[in-house]
Amino acid sequence: MAKTYQELMTEARDSVPEVTIDEVQAQMENGARPTLLDVREREEYREGHLEGSVPLPRGFLEMRIEETVPDKSTPIVAYCAGGVRSLIAARTLKEMGYENVTSMSGGYTAWKNAGYKWVADRQFTPEQITRYARHFTLPEVGEAGQSKLLDAKVLCVGAGGLGSPVALYLAAAGVGTIGIADHDTVDMSNLQRQILHTNDRVGMPKVESAQLTLNALNPDVNIVQFKERLSSENVMRIIDDFDIVVNGCDNFPTRYLINDACIMAKKTLVDGSIFQFEGQVTVVDPAEGPCYRCLFPEPPPPGMAPSCAEAGVLGVLPGLVGCVQALEVIKIILGAGNPLVGRMMHFDTLSSEIRVLKLRKDPNCLVCSENPKITELIDYEEFCGLRPVNAA
Amino acid sequence: MSAQVRIPTPLRRFTGGAEAISADGATVGALVDHIESNHPGIKERLCDEAGEVRRFVNIFVNGEDIRFINNLDTPVNEGDEVSIVPAIAGGSG
Repeated sequence: MAKTYQELMTEARDSVPEVTIDEVQAQMENGARPTLLDVREREEYREGHLEGSVPLPRGFLEMRIEETVPDKSTPIVAYCAGGVRSLIAARTLKEMGYENVTSMSGGYTAWKNAGYKWVADRQFTPEQITRYARHFTLPEVGEAGQSKLLDAKVLCVGAGGLGSPVALYLAAAGVGTIGIADHDTVDMSNLQRQILHTNDRVGMPKVESAQLTLNALNPDVNIVQFKERLSSENVMRIIDDFDIVVNGCDNFPTRYLINDACIMAKKTLVDGSIFQFEGQVTVVDPAEGPCYRCLFPEPPPPGMAPSCAEAGVLGVLPGLVGCVQALEVIKIILGAGNPLVGRMMHFDTLSSEIRVLKLRKDPNCLVCSENPKITELIDYEEFCGLRPVNAA
Repeated sequence: MSAQVRIPTPLRRFTGGAEAISADGATVGALVDHIESNHPGIKERLCDEAGEVRRFVNIFVNGEDIRFINNLDTPVNEGDEVSIVPAIAGGSG
């Protein structure tokens, strides 16, 4: 026989114990940590919820609960806005074999009115909800992760071969603030690989071209331009406001300058470099090391190492290496997986081989050891040579 | 002992373009000397006047940096993979 709403509610009350908001508060104070299951709609959850609660809208309850709470003996307190939806949800959970399910009477409304602690997630705009939809559904990102990305500040040193894919993917991912440091202007010969720039922008400062491209892709992102050549004079000021520095520069003096500055200013560095068909990526955690100097203590003298301008570079290579750098940045922001700290990913694109080499912290490192010999920034240009001429 | 040695792009002009070569030696130092005898000029790129590995070059035996093992005295076993990894600078250009 068909049941009325009242009959359904009575049956649910008979099978599921209800707890008051005061009892839930007391449980939390006593250190008991039941799983707080918020069965309201996402939008209601976003506006405010119990701290530490798990969102699982009632419409997805049966489908997702076993993934969300695998152990059926876990104590669960279900709640909704007023205590009705959670009671019916709790009954369903009981039918699915969950042994310790209760429903919080009065729901979130009573909880909030009682002055108990609640928290609100970042309020995403409807556009953001659509734009980052594929991130929201990834458990490793989700709304909390997207919020971290939007709050992150990443500096790209160089808006060239490496900086292009790095900045494009970071902007697409919604990294909230992206600094672009590059003193150069767009040259026709850049367009073979520097996909931030376009044919009609030849002669335009790269930082301006980068901003046009990145904001066209995602207007959500705040682009900060630094149309400056990095030196010991300005590097600390430029990196100061950022959490992560991505090195995509094209020369040794800047590469060592950035490494030293990041160690001194305690910024995470995602270093990438390329040569013809070869690429290298590593991540420097300034607190733990190893740093770029642990691996290569000093830059090569003039003549010992050629620059890309002289030796050439395959256009796709910086795309590959830059994408790995962007990936590492996003992993670091999210706290997901294992970044390439203490490891170098080495690409040989001709043989299609990727190796991960172990790097160790040098106890006598010139910069990141306990008694560093280098305590001031060095402008290597002076004795490193402007551009090596005798390419190896 | 025969090992496979990965030659980085900047040094392939010494090996006729070969990206990997076979070389003999019981230690990395002996291996380097053997490579030099077949490919003259390459050792100067790897080692300084004192015979030490240059500070912008690293040599890895099976993925481990020889500076943290025994430098050029690091033993090489049959079938080991030796990688020469120099600092490279490109990125923006």
